[in-house]
Amino acid sequence: MDKIKLVVKRYKFFLLLVILNIAMLFIYPDIGMKSMKTTLSSIKDVLSIIPPVFILLGLLDVWVERETMIKYMGEESGIIGVLIAFFLGSAAAGPLYAAFPIAGVLLKKGSKLSNVLIFIGAWSTTKIPMFLLEASYLGLKFAIIRLVLSLLGIGAITYIVENVLSQDEKDEIYNKVLVEE
Amino acid sequence: MATILYPLAFIALIISFIKSKAKTVLALKKAWKSVENILPQLLALLVIIGFALTLLTPEQISKLLGSESGWMGVLVAAGVGAITLVPSPVAFPLAAALLESGAGYMQLAAFISSLMMVGIVTIPLESSYFGKKAAIARNASAFAFSLIVALVMGVLL
Repeated sequence: MDKIKLVVKRYKFFLLLVILNIAMLFIYPDIGMKSMKTTLSSIKDVLSIIPPVFILLGLLDVWVERETMIKYMGEESGIIGVLIAFFLGSAAAGPLYAAFPIAGVLLKKGSKLSNVLIFIGAWSTTKIPMFLLEASYLGLKFAIIRLVLSLLGIGAITYIVENVLSQDEKDEIYNKVLVEE
Repeated sequence: MATILYPLAFIALIISFIKSKAKTVLALKKAWKSVENILPQLLALLVIIGFALTLLTPEQISKLLGSESGWMGVLVAAGVGAITLVPSPVAFPLAAALLESGAGYMQLAAFISSLMMVGIVTIPLESSYFGKKAAIARNASAFAFSLIVALVMGVLL
């Protein structure tokens, strides 16, 4: 019984939204139906991404030594770390929210914060298949301008976020991912 | 693109299993734990997306983003992009359709850039890894960046 209570408590926001959607089905059947269908179709999208991503993450966590990650993406990794972060993010597949757990593992393994931010930036906007898609739909010129600006933007955003945070707050981020173990 | 993920994870699992059964089991346990960690937020998010996409139809978006809409349209475009979570394989055809029905390049650039880099509904999820301050700083600067992209597009195209 206590376990059920715990689960309900943990998922209360989700359950509330589901109840809201069911209520919509009765009050505004059109809207309720359509939003339920959209939700189901995004659940399908998520199922095509989340399980394999997290399995790969688990494997990464188990097999990659902390020392290796520190060497290639840690504080002293320099330009190599930047490039690895950028290409790792660009080669990825899936929506941005799938990148956050991966970022968590990178942090946990000792990757430099700025490299993780570059990884997030690359994941969000410089993925190669997306560039091809963008060029074919909106024109090569549009896509190239956006790509060049994105490269600058990733750098600028990384710089801003790094400088907004105090050393204590950065330590806090690392402590948090380590505690989650 | 996402279709390669399953084969990739499957092959990696097999290799890992051959090398060490114990480590593979541990990896799967860790994988499940991290899924369960984000599941409450993720599920809630999916229902919110359902509502958002139902209430904001492509026709409505198109009305708001015409090239006549100027900077107001750019702001609306960036705002809509920041809130909605349209997957990019859907976003580009949508943007192309908007372009045809009269949306401007500036507005589209703002929309696409903020769609990709800013995620207001995913801030709680992002915060659980980076902390609230970093998540807000990243999203705010990415939002500002998408306005800059619009500005440059306006000059160059």
